[in-house]
Amino acid sequence: MVEHGDIRVVHCGGSKINFRDPVITHDSRFLLCASGEAVKVFSTSTEECIHELRGHTGLVTGVLLRPSNHLQVYSSSLDGTLRLWDFTDGILIKTCVIGYPIYSFYASDKHENVIFIVASMPSDKRRFQLVAVHLPQSGDQMVEAQELSAVLSGVNPNPAAIAFGRGGEFIASVNDLQWSLEGGWNTFTCVACHPKDDCIATGHEDGKIRLWRNFNHKKEYTYSTLHWHHSTVSSLCFTPEGTNLLSGGVESVLVQWRYNQESERDFLPRLGGAITHITVSPDGSLFCTSHSDNKITIIQSCVKVSAVIQGLVKGDIRTDLMMDPRSKALVLNGKPGHLQFYSLQRDKLLYNLDIVQQEYIHESGLQQFEVVKAAFDASGSWLATVEERHQKAAELELNLKLWAFDEQTQSFVLNTTISAPHDAQITAMCFCQPTDSQTTLLVSTSKDGHFKAWQLAAPAHTEDEGPSWLCDFVSAYHGLVPECCSFSADGSLLAVVFQEVVTVWSPSTWELLTTLSQPPGAVSDLCFGRLSCSKYLLGTTASNLLCWNLLTCSLEWTTSMDVRRLVADPLSENMAAFCYQSGSTDLFVFKPSEPRPLFSHKAVCSGKVTQAVFAPREEMLESCEESSQWLNRSQLYFLTQQMDLMTFTTKAEEDRLLASSKQVSSSHWFSMTPFYLLLGKHRQQQQEHQDSDSSLWAERTALPQTSASMKELLQTPAHVLPSTSYLCSMFVQSLLISVSDARSEKAHAEEEMESEKEEEDSEEEMESSRSKPELAAAAATESDTPALTKAQARELRRVRKLDHSWLAGLLDS
Amino acid sequence: MASFKPTKIQVYPKLGEKVTQDTLYWKNYKAPVQIKEFGAVTSIDFSPVTPHNFAVTAFTRIHIYGPFSQEPVKSFTRFKDTAYCGRFRSDGQLLVAGCEDSVVRLFDVSGKVALRLFKGHTKAVHLTDFTSDRYQILTGSDDYTCRLWDIPNATELTTYTEHTDYIRCGVTSKLNRDLFITGSYDHTVKLFDARVEKSVITMDHGQPVESVLLYPSEGLLVSAGGRHVKVWDLLKGGQPLVSLKNHHKTVTSLALSSNGQRLLSASLDRHVKVYNTTNYKVVHNFDYAASILSLGLAPDDASIVVGMTNSILSIKHRKNQEDSKEIAGQQRRRPSYRVFVKGKNYVPKQDDYLVSKPVKEHLAKYDKQLQRFNVSKALDTALGTYIRFRKPEITVAVIKELDRRGTLKNALAGRDERGLSQLLNFIIGNLVDARFTPVLVTAAEMILDIYQSVIGQSPVVDRQLLRLQDLVKREIEFQKDLLEVLGMLDTMFASSLPRKESASASAPTVDPFPTCSLNTDS
Repeated sequence: MVEHGDIRVVHCGGSKINFRDPVITHDSRFLLCASGEAVKVFSTSTEECIHELRGHTGLVTGVLLRPSNHLQVYSSSLDGTLRLWDFTDGILIKTCVIGYPIYSFYASDKHENVIFIVASMPSDKRRFQLVAVHLPQSGDQMVEAQELSAVLSGVNPNPAAIAFGRGGEFIASVNDLQWSLEGGWNTFTCVACHPKDDCIATGHEDGKIRLWRNFNHKKEYTYSTLHWHHSTVSSLCFTPEGTNLLSGGVESVLVQWRYNQESERDFLPRLGGAITHITVSPDGSLFCTSHSDNKITIIQSCVKVSAVIQGLVKGDIRTDLMMDPRSKALVLNGKPGHLQFYSLQRDKLLYNLDIVQQEYIHESGLQQFEVVKAAFDASGSWLATVEERHQKAAELELNLKLWAFDEQTQSFVLNTTISAPHDAQITAMCFCQPTDSQTTLLVSTSKDGHFKAWQLAAPAHTEDEGPSWLCDFVSAYHGLVPECCSFSADGSLLAVVFQEVVTVWSPSTWELLTTLSQPPGAVSDLCFGRLSCSKYLLGTTASNLLCWNLLTCSLEWTTSMDVRRLVADPLSENMAAFCYQSGSTDLFVFKPSEPRPLFSHKAVCSGKVTQAVFAPREEMLESCEESSQWLNRSQLYFLTQQMDLMTFTTKAEEDRLLASSKQVSSSHWFSMTPFYLLLGKHRQQQQEHQDSDSSLWAERTALPQTSASMKELLQTPAHVLPSTSYLCSMFVQSLLISVSDARSEKAHAEEEMESEKEEEDSEEEMESSRSKPELAAAAATESDTPALTKAQARELRRVRKLDHSWLAGLLDS
Repeated sequence: MASFKPTKIQVYPKLGEKVTQDTLYWKNYKAPVQIKEFGAVTSIDFSPVTPHNFAVTAFTRIHIYGPFSQEPVKSFTRFKDTAYCGRFRSDGQLLVAGCEDSVVRLFDVSGKVALRLFKGHTKAVHLTDFTSDRYQILTGSDDYTCRLWDIPNATELTTYTEHTDYIRCGVTSKLNRDLFITGSYDHTVKLFDARVEKSVITMDHGQPVESVLLYPSEGLLVSAGGRHVKVWDLLKGGQPLVSLKNHHKTVTSLALSSNGQRLLSASLDRHVKVYNTTNYKVVHNFDYAASILSLGLAPDDASIVVGMTNSILSIKHRKNQEDSKEIAGQQRRRPSYRVFVKGKNYVPKQDDYLVSKPVKEHLAKYDKQLQRFNVSKALDTALGTYIRFRKPEITVAVIKELDRRGTLKNALAGRDERGLSQLLNFIIGNLVDARFTPVLVTAAEMILDIYQSVIGQSPVVDRQLLRLQDLVKREIEFQKDLLEVLGMLDTMFASSLPRKESASASAPTVDPFPTCSLNTDS
């Protein structure tokens, strides 16, 4: 066994951003949301992530602006701490240790220095209570909250279930008590309080919204009902002035109700997944909805969507993990009926490709079309997708779609739709690999016992329709069900697994070359060796990993392990096998030709791993350690049973990343104002200077200071600024400081240029000032060529001058 | 906010033939004029001079029709027995015809009584023609001989006795007065030269020859006999060029289109096929009611005349230019192009402030209803008369979409007698279309579920349900038969394939018919 040394399994990308409701800052420029163990700060205009506020050691359960200071934000976590951050700079200001896991928390304007948290009851972990916490006033970084007083017990840990009304005068809490009214049972799902009025809005599971009034008097409360949603109302929110009520649910329609004129409503339909949270910016200009597909939509006053922050969608992933050969993006199915292209380097969703191209009906219990298989060809110019919809008591609807990459639009365009390509579900699909051949071949295997080869055929008629895909070959083997298929690296062999039998075919003649079999157990995964190991064919059964030698058609070696997933690195001979053993998964990386594994890692994660992929690196690593060499060319990503995307990193790589992240200045996120354009250009120039001349390192440290002064100048309201004449000099000066060195250098260069110009102006002058260029010329030529005589040099210069003027004349004509 | 995605209308491969230039050309004929003759029409010949009258030989008469008249302009009735092969001379003045009584008669087109009688054959004369010098007549007879006659003094010039069976067809060269070709039931086609005593070229057709045709250049010869049409290269000494086997019964007649680009063959299988003479592919096909015996094509393809065994003469005239112009005139009654481009081609100037207008997306009517979740109305829209009859794929796509949304039942329910019978009509019309079957079967089952309580209340609906049941029963029978045929074919394939020792894989089979599983719960 090889020690795994400094290689570590890390989470990669795409934590949930829709776990708790996001917060929009007072200036509407930033959006803060809880994302795993961090709080992410996004720009509302550019959709970019600006900071990650890291420090919590548990899941972050809430984010709230500090009522007394709008530039600070509280966050709560299951690790039992409240932290106060400065989100503009991404600095942790204070940590307050509570000691209990916090499930959600609230603050109000009325109660200064009091935070209301929801924690589990000490007596019963499954019941929760609302606790008021008095934050200790001390300057320390780390404080412990002592004053705790229970406010309400038996509350719902869902943050939507508690709301503060009228700036903290009362607390409304709903419980998931079954509540009987008008003969029907109803469950509260969320609550919102009117900011000015004594009115509480509650959302219910039957899609109704109830507005409660007069609740100050016992038993005399009144309520009115609003009904539009057809299923559960998942979120409610009043606008800051209380003129509108926003509601959302599984229909993915944002409904805006006029307060007191409830018959008038506005709709914003088709926002994406089901709406989970709605928030409004403090000035009411921006609305923001979180969706179940890990997406945050920013809406400008219920009119139009201005920005979409999309995370990695990790629902029920049924496709394999794939790499798009062109964009090097990870491809997997995300939103229903879509394929998502996720950039691993930038941790950002590039785009969603609509595969099904049908209106998505938001209704529970409805069988939708799902993308179940997808495959890229080697060059990334073709994408094949399979979508299926299985309805009870109806035939399986199956579509095979082939997409061609369009250079102009830089996306995939539907080329061929084959409805019902097989009679039963498609079990596997792969493209022929070689890049040199003209014809592309796709093989699909199905549970109906057949495998089919599809080929791009020229148009049958000389009409304007392009080439399309046609079935080229159909075959079966003794009525067995083919489980998977694989092409060899050069495309000369096709292996199709029929339960226990591996059949090897020649794609050019469609001849059955040989059959390989190693009972007992059906072969579940198949892989051809690559490069120097291309003579090997690897297969996995429930109990064994098998390796056949294709030259001798015999079994080369076998080991007994329960391999769930076998992936081959496209750039090397390496293979990775994920073995499931006693509740957790082990990883072995090996070469088919060598008996000893290159790398092994026990208990990579709990549960089974069924999806994994090798992603080629953009730049190769230079690691020479034996155990981490396999990570040099490509990186291994895999999905755990809990749908977490994980990867392996080395220590060296992490250090490098850390260093580079420190270098990245925070200057990227400024919004595009005319000043920004001015300053941005200026700063770019500076950076170019710095890149060209690394000796100006000292300059770099001075930069933030000057920019800060400028920022201050630009952000101060105009009426409190001193006179312009005074400011101007200051402004100009602030600009000049940073380029002082460069300017002197530039001046020097200019002098030189001038002198050279002068010497070419006239021959007489040139002769007089000959000594200096002569010297330079001598210095330049000394080393390799004999020095020219003066006459020769003059001749040369004249020739050059002549040549020059002639060329200029030609250009003029 | 994504926009509404319209219902996907499945594009089905177009059934039937593709629309090509040829189809357009050969379809551009009016409805046929049908004239009842006295017996089977054995020969049609067009006069080479305008107005291109044509002689129709049927039973004991020869009728001459004008290009547009439906009544014969002229009739020759002085035959004692069945007449054969009435042909015009190249100046259109004389007409010759053979007869069952072995006498060949020569008529003046304007006269009534035969000008000359050529007696010498001992059996029926099926072939008569003028040589290109206009002074001689070629005849071929069932007595195995063909003869040349002199017209002015009605004497026999030469007799050729090379054929060993009936001579039923032949043609004289239009370029050389001495050359003629005969086709016989002894399976041969012979080229004779009057200057020598015997045939120059003999070609073996392989079947009794029914018709021969010379290309205008006379380099190529086409012969028809049995199911085959064969093309021979005369300049290469009668080398076979192509053999066409597109008919499934005896080919009886041949014709060449006016520009020589298309060859037409008529057959007893009731079809006329049009071939491209460059690649000899069938480019068009005409269907007729009965077996065709004779075929004639007017100069400039102005009309196609076909004579059939049921003594019907069918004349199709070409649509003339004026008719098509009239249609074009009707289409022009639309707003002019200027109305649509008004203001659209304005190029904004430098200082103009551009107000962008959101592009209004067009949705079909049923999509608008679907967008509002009005499922019944969406189905009603999709069942509109035009869509239902002309574009059933749209109706089916909407039904499929409703099914996907899980609201098909709601859309189908609550219909009155009229609506229901309309729906059932559509289903009956399209259920057995293999492209629509999977969708419509679900819909039909749902309709039966929903409306089973009202069965028996409306005679209209009941009748349609019975029709539906009948249809399903018949379709199941068909499918059974098809599967049987498929099984037979499989056995034949399996037995015909060469057996390899290692051929353990089953023979690759492509299922051409998607098997429909229809439930007979009606």
